Amino acid sequence: MRIPDSILRIDRRIIFLLIGAAVCIPLILKPRFQDSPTPIVQSIFDTVERLPAGSRVFLSFDYGPDTAPELDPMAKALVRHTMTRGHEVSFFTLFPEGVGQIKKITDNLLPVEFPDKAYGRDYVNLGYKAGLGGAINTMVVNFRTLVNADAEGTPLDDLPITADVDEMVDYVIILSLTAGDPGLKEWIQFAGDIAGIPVMGGGTAVVAPELYPYYPQQLVGLMGGLKGASEYESALVDRYPTYRNATMEATMRMGPQVVTHVLIVLLVLLGNLAYFLGRSDRRNRAGRTGQ
Amino acid sequence: MRRRIPLIITFIIGVVLITGYFVTRGPFNTLYESFSDYFAIITVFAFILGGGSLLKIHLKRVSSRAADWPYSVVTLVAFLVTLVIGLFKVGNPGGMSGEILASGSWLRFMFDGVYNPLSATMFSLLAFFVASASYRAFRARTKEATILLSAALVILLGRTPVGAWMTAWMPESLAFLELPNLANWIMAWPNTAGQRAIMIGIALGVIATSLRIILGIERNYLGRGE
Repeated sequence: MRIPDSILRIDRRIIFLLIGAAVCIPLILKPRFQDSPTPIVQSIFDTVERLPAGSRVFLSFDYGPDTAPELDPMAKALVRHTMTRGHEVSFFTLFPEGVGQIKKITDNLLPVEFPDKAYGRDYVNLGYKAGLGGAINTMVVNFRTLVNADAEGTPLDDLPITADVDEMVDYVIILSLTAGDPGLKEWIQFAGDIAGIPVMGGGTAVVAPELYPYYPQQLVGLMGGLKGASEYESALVDRYPTYRNATMEATMRMGPQVVTHVLIVLLVLLGNLAYFLGRSDRRNRAGRTGQ
Repeated sequence: MRRRIPLIITFIIGVVLITGYFVTRGPFNTLYESFSDYFAIITVFAFILGGGSLLKIHLKRVSSRAADWPYSVVTLVAFLVTLVIGLFKVGNPGGMSGEILASGSWLRFMFDGVYNPLSATMFSLLAFFVASASYRAFRARTKEATILLSAALVILLGRTPVGAWMTAWMPESLAFLELPNLANWIMAWPNTAGQRAIMIGIALGVIATSLRIILGIERNYLGRGE
């Protein structure tokens, strides 16, 4: 077998091993890559930053555990930012699995990093509502019909943070972290465009390209994949140096992503090189046979 | 009659919802609000329908010993165990009045210890298959494939700090050729143009199909009428 052919027929288990190493080695060595926010991410940061303290923010966790490695860092960065700015945050989800994602924040992050923040006063968990995009429509048309209590059944009127919330427009911004449908697109179509509430957020790297057409008119800003999350974290650290020593998950995970991307690029280039070498080799042989 | 009544209901609700969207006066606005509320209630019943359908399909597969029927047993056991633990809050420190995903509850353990790692594992496998597929299939065989390949390489490198590092030496006048800027340009222009074309096409298709359903031309959703 000639060299180009043997390269093309490389065992896929070798590629799997290379990818495994490309992910694991940076996780062990923890290289740090400096990132700076692009305008599409910076606009979310600036919007949250400019809101007066105590503004009502709606944060929808529209994802499950499968996409958590990409979207959890965004959730943490947004929660850190909104809490530092003193905003009142309502957590919500259109995914049944999103309830678990919210609990990770309310049980693990908030009590540790913001012990002075109280449930019901500074943040609330509105839980999961069925109905996909239709649920958003119902909330915009008649908020209290669909959401009349928090996730544990406490009436909204009994919680200081939601006692005055009667309509969706009582929220100044909507943030959504999106893994698919329903997600940011539905929040734009059913809430942003109709009720005029600014919509922004983040999506997985797979979802992000679908959301670009809405930016900047209907979508204030977008964090695309782990890179977007890393950019938001760097904006947060630049503005609030107290977070310099905090664990910034996206920044940490950029190591494996960088090495994996570079490896895939090299593999694609190698595959093409072998393909063209093999093709010219075959042409030469065919030419010689023809003579 | 069994087909005519659903057609009449579909027609009335379709017309009211479309009119209610544009006409904000009574009775359309109140009907629009009521139908939105009904929608929220009806969707909850979809879970019962979905659960019933899942049980029916997998019980049938197990009873007929169809191919890979043991997987159906796993599905059924996982479904029923999760359902019972969730519905009756089995192992919940707060009992029936406790939080559904309270710390220390069985459901929380299943979510964190079983569902979470299983979902993450399934999704992570993509990285391995994408790498292997890219190596084997991503070839610059034609002009179109070469453009696609070049765009993919720019995006792959431009979306990492390595892309910025590789092209940082470029003079200010050629900053637009830096990989992150090129990647952003691809996402903001060619990608947006393509996505918009797809979205407009889909939207027109949805409008056409919706009109066919409202007017009773499209009747597949009613089933075969058996």
